[in-house]
Amino acid sequence: MALKMVKGSIDRMFDKNLQDLVRGIRNHKEDEAKYISQCIDEIKQELKQDNIAVKANAVCKLTYLQMLGYDISWAAFNIIEVMSASKFTFKRIGYLAASQCFHEGTDVIMLTTNQIRKDLSSPNQYDTGVALTGLSCFVTPDLARDLANDIMTLMSHTKPYIRKKAVLIMYKVFLKYPESLRPAFPRLKEKLEDPDPGVQSAAVNVICELARRNPKNYLSLAPLFFKLMTSSTNNWVLIKIIKLFGALTPLEPRLGKKLIEPLTNLIHSTSAMSLLYECVNTVIAVLISLSSGMPNHSASIQLCVQKLRILIEDSDQNLKYLGLLAMSKILKTHPKSVQSHKDLILQCLDDKDESIRLRALDLLYGMVSKKNLMEIVKKLMIHVDKAEGTTYRDELLTKIIDICSQSNYQYITNFEWYISILVELTRLEGTRHGHLIAAQMLDVAIRVKAIRKFAVSQMAMLLDNAHLIASNTQRNGICEVLYAAAWICGEFSEHLEEANQTLEAMLRPKVTTLPGHIQAVYVQNMVKLYASILQQKEQAGEKEAAQEITQLMIERLPQFVQSADLEVQERASCILQLIKYIQKLQIKEVPVAEEVIALFAGELNPVAPKAQKKVPVPEGLDLDAWINEPPSDSESEDEKPKTIFHDEEQRHSRHRQPEIDEEELARRREARKQEQANNPFYIKSSPSPQKRYQDTPGVEHIPVVQIDLSVPLKVPGMPMSDQYVKLEEERRHKQKLEKDKKKKKQKKEKRGKHHRHNSLQTESEEDIAPAHRVDIITEEMPENALPSDEDDKDPNDPYKALDIDLDKPLADSEKLPVQRHRNVEALKSPDSEAPLVEKKSKKPKKKEKKHKDKEREKDKGKKKEKEKKGEDLDFWLSTAPPPASSTQPQGEPETSAAVVAEPQEVKKEEREEQEEEEDDEGKKSSKHKKKKHKKEKEEKSKDKKKSKKKSHQNKEETAESVQNGTLEDEPLPPMSSYRLLAENPYIKMTYDIQGNLQHDSQVTVSVIFENKSSSFLKSMELNVLDSLNTKMLRPEGSSVHDGIPVPFQLPPGISNEAQFVFTLQSIVMAQKLKGTLSFIVKNDEGSTHDKLDFKLHFSCASYLITTPCYSDAFAKLLESGDLHMSSIKVDGISISFQHLLAKICFHHHFSVVERVDSCASMYSRSIQGHHVCLLVKKGENSISIDGKCNDSTLLSNLLDEMKETLSKC
Amino acid sequence: MINAILVFNNHGKPRLVRFYQHLTEEVQQQIIRETFHLVLKRDDHICNFLECGSLFGGSDYKLIYRHYATLYFVFCVDSSESELGILDLIQVFVETLDKCFENVCELDLIFHMDKGGLSAAPSRAVSAVKNINLPEIPRNINIGDINIKVPNLSQFM
Repeated sequence: MALKMVKGSIDRMFDKNLQDLVRGIRNHKEDEAKYISQCIDEIKQELKQDNIAVKANAVCKLTYLQMLGYDISWAAFNIIEVMSASKFTFKRIGYLAASQCFHEGTDVIMLTTNQIRKDLSSPNQYDTGVALTGLSCFVTPDLARDLANDIMTLMSHTKPYIRKKAVLIMYKVFLKYPESLRPAFPRLKEKLEDPDPGVQSAAVNVICELARRNPKNYLSLAPLFFKLMTSSTNNWVLIKIIKLFGALTPLEPRLGKKLIEPLTNLIHSTSAMSLLYECVNTVIAVLISLSSGMPNHSASIQLCVQKLRILIEDSDQNLKYLGLLAMSKILKTHPKSVQSHKDLILQCLDDKDESIRLRALDLLYGMVSKKNLMEIVKKLMIHVDKAEGTTYRDELLTKIIDICSQSNYQYITNFEWYISILVELTRLEGTRHGHLIAAQMLDVAIRVKAIRKFAVSQMAMLLDNAHLIASNTQRNGICEVLYAAAWICGEFSEHLEEANQTLEAMLRPKVTTLPGHIQAVYVQNMVKLYASILQQKEQAGEKEAAQEITQLMIERLPQFVQSADLEVQERASCILQLIKYIQKLQIKEVPVAEEVIALFAGELNPVAPKAQKKVPVPEGLDLDAWINEPPSDSESEDEKPKTIFHDEEQRHSRHRQPEIDEEELARRREARKQEQANNPFYIKSSPSPQKRYQDTPGVEHIPVVQIDLSVPLKVPGMPMSDQYVKLEEERRHKQKLEKDKKKKKQKKEKRGKHHRHNSLQTESEEDIAPAHRVDIITEEMPENALPSDEDDKDPNDPYKALDIDLDKPLADSEKLPVQRHRNVEALKSPDSEAPLVEKKSKKPKKKEKKHKDKEREKDKGKKKEKEKKGEDLDFWLSTAPPPASSTQPQGEPETSAAVVAEPQEVKKEEREEQEEEEDDEGKKSSKHKKKKHKKEKEEKSKDKKKSKKKSHQNKEETAESVQNGTLEDEPLPPMSSYRLLAENPYIKMTYDIQGNLQHDSQVTVSVIFENKSSSFLKSMELNVLDSLNTKMLRPEGSSVHDGIPVPFQLPPGISNEAQFVFTLQSIVMAQKLKGTLSFIVKNDEGSTHDKLDFKLHFSCASYLITTPCYSDAFAKLLESGDLHMSSIKVDGISISFQHLLAKICFHHHFSVVERVDSCASMYSRSIQGHHVCLLVKKGENSISIDGKCNDSTLLSNLLDEMKETLSKC
Repeated sequence: MINAILVFNNHGKPRLVRFYQHLTEEVQQQIIRETFHLVLKRDDHICNFLECGSLFGGSDYKLIYRHYATLYFVFCVDSSESELGILDLIQVFVETLDKCFENVCELDLIFHMDKGGLSAAPSRAVSAVKNINLPEIPRNINIGDINIKVPNLSQFM
């Protein structure tokens, strides 16, 4: 029996596949969890087996369990094992599991790099495909960096299946490793014109996705996309492109103009709803971007609105929904054209679909006007009553409030109506938005002075009926309105007619069941009420009544003193004591009202929510500095509270105002302003016109409300807002009649051309005069607050990193890292704190100096770049020729002029170069021997691509120097370190030499070959005559007489760059090497051999590597005393000092250590470790340079070179 | 971008789940549950879009779903996708499944998790649709350039 069980379980262990698992789970509905945990145990057993098939089966089951929510990350290592299976069916399971459970936090993920690389380069396209698909789900920054180059190669794979996937995954790579964007972009762009539609649409997708996040960088692609849009027939691609244009138009309104026509054509012609819809959307975006100047687009708007109406009227709910969605976009800029479809939208409010109702609500928000606000809100109120679900009802409630309060209550003509709407809303049961209503009540009551009287009466009524609202405090938030009600009644108690009654209402025992914070407000405002009643009674001489009210307070307050809420308790006991004291005084017949009321004197002004943030920091105030040293005594703090609040003086003045004459007031105001200006804690009020109210005393500024008292205001529990609607209509009608009368009079007086114009105007909403003269106090803002809204930007946007200028030519530094050992990276920067920060600001690198030039010009050159980019676009956007802004820099070496040619061309060239370099690694391998060995030792890796960028450090330091050189904003003229090597009618060679810090006896010579002819140049071979000291590094096994083949061919007009490594023994002297370039010229007539001789000049500066140095280290170095010294002086210097330093930094590879006025210290280091220190001083027209260096020969040679450079200035 | 593809049945049991951003299993299950409750409430004649940004932690996201017999197909996409396009995509996806399994039904999805690259099926459908370029436009298909018939719903029973 036992044996059987064991046997059975063993059988199961080996046999249960995914189907069995699924079936098992279905058969164990009751104890699923138990069954699964049992299965997981089995899977763990299976994973221990050596058989890969068993493992794959186990992992396969795990993927299913993962879907059901079980964590399978513990099997990560086994998943990797299955991923590396040679059989495709297993491999696929492995990648599937990996894509489901690997993420950046998976620690074993770094083990996959080589496996993935191997699969990517597999001859079987499906292996590659499955690796790409899997990788897309779990790519990490490390993987992205290591594999970017491999994936980029795959973008040019022969199989479209692979190309497509590679293009798509590049997007994920960009996200994780933004540095790869620029190098990969040219190729990505190329894929836009791929012959395979799938690849093309993949590229469109990726670029659209990128452009959506940072549209401005992709504006220059607009012409290309435009071409695609007009030529493509693939709706998916069209939709993407059209969506992209929607994102681009806001940045370039001229683009919009160009788009309108083809888009309108598409709208007319397409039968695909999705395309139609997207077209309409983009047209809307265009119209929004054009909204200012272009009146003649009303036809397009009409077309859009009309098409959208068709969508909304469609029986398909989806189309209806989208129609409303798009409509709301039009609404923002062209509300009029939407408003004519109000009927339709109101109809949608009755739709059974909640999403559609919500969309319609959104639309209503923008459709209200003074004229229809009441009507629309009335409709909504009906819906509120009918709505069954609380969520929808809450949504309605917030929408009503939004609609009414939008743009500072712009559309409300009658605030009494609004208050009654708010009061009506309080009858909603179970809403979560009590606080919203409360906030509105407070806001309106505070900011609309004219309404206070009415508001107070309504609030008093609410307080009276508090039992209705507060009946079920536990489950609804509506009791929040009592907070507002109590506060309003207390604060504006002077408007209260039946204060006694309200006070009693607030003192009811039931109040103690309210939430604590509301009770606290109750308690506080009771006293305000009490104070005003007291004053009233005293003035009327009713001492009895006054004492009665005091007695009432003393009797009722103890119930609050017992409250469990601390705040309530504290306030209540405080106030109780106060009132007991008052009672004593009252018994002595001392008049107290004046003093009690003084407790609450002063006016509260609304302060804008952002006001505090916007208070500008006064000059000279350092908020981070200690006011006192940390263990401070508390004395200084005692003063603060006084100043934070409104000054007392102002508060009291309110009651003394009648006696103060104007002059006195003006004087005081002046004094106060003075005081405020000197007071850093005072939040200054905005200089808006409304502000005058708080400064000018007296009641004459409070607008008089003409309340029609025939309206019964105090009918508790009865909806009243409807009456206002009627009233309002009547009022408007009356107004209109009056106006018409007037007009008739006018007409009689002067019949004229004005007549028609006038009668038209009566219809417009501007004519609807508000029922009350309403003054809305704007919220206070500090003076000179900046109107910026930047505080809304999210600093953690992951796409920010991809905000990269793509039009700038590529710098060598940005080449994707090719497989290489990590050590190189670790080595990279012993002193690179700064470079790290700068990482994203593309660094100019050694190899392609010409690009470095570009970079160098970055600060000011950027402008030019933009200009140029703008020009291209300009040209396309306007058929007129671009303005001739040929700001060709003067004195720029020819090479960089070539660079300025066509950005596109440059990119293309770049791309080719990369490809070629990839193809050609073999030939270059020799110079990487050392590294290669290391690599082979540590990774058992397959020898593939070799790094061509060993001199990372060196590059970064060049960048440093550039930054050093351009510390100031002063524009620098373009510089190029590429010097002419040789030239003939076919070819031109320019070169630059860079030292290599990792090899103390090597320098790299970068040569740019430019084909000047119309023939094809190939089989180029470069050879030099080695000297004793300097030798070209040749591949192993070749003799010293063999040349090194240039790893590319040159089509006509193209230039490309190759690098050659030279070894040196001594670097203290400059060297010259003779050499020859031989090549084959191929054209229609055939091919001919040709050659070109040159002289390679190794200056001493080329042995220097820009190395940043801190001033203290620099000082120590100088103090050490083992440096030789030498100096030079150059006269006739006309260029600025800053410029001069930049030149030294750039051409001689120095970095500025410190600069004081016209004196600077500079530092550099040779590849063999010589320190070179310079002190550069500028005189009137001269410059003197003192140098110190370990080697005097090197120093004197360097200074000579420098002299030569400077004398050219 | 498509952020997630969820297929679950009328009881909320996941049948095919694909997230294109990393989320822990717990969050995934919670999303499935919440999505299920959201779509379950909606009857078949209301629109197929749901705004549920909070679910995925971004206001940009939308749920677009279709309901076939016992299965819900839900795509979570951001605003760069065409809503109508995604609806068609779901349709094509279902048809791709139909082709793979001949009269596809829920059980196919359950029992053939590993078959025919089901895992890759969504992406295959995506590429299939994007490559097809046919002129005919059947009604209620919004992208004009795919020629697909609406599958017989009974197949899903």
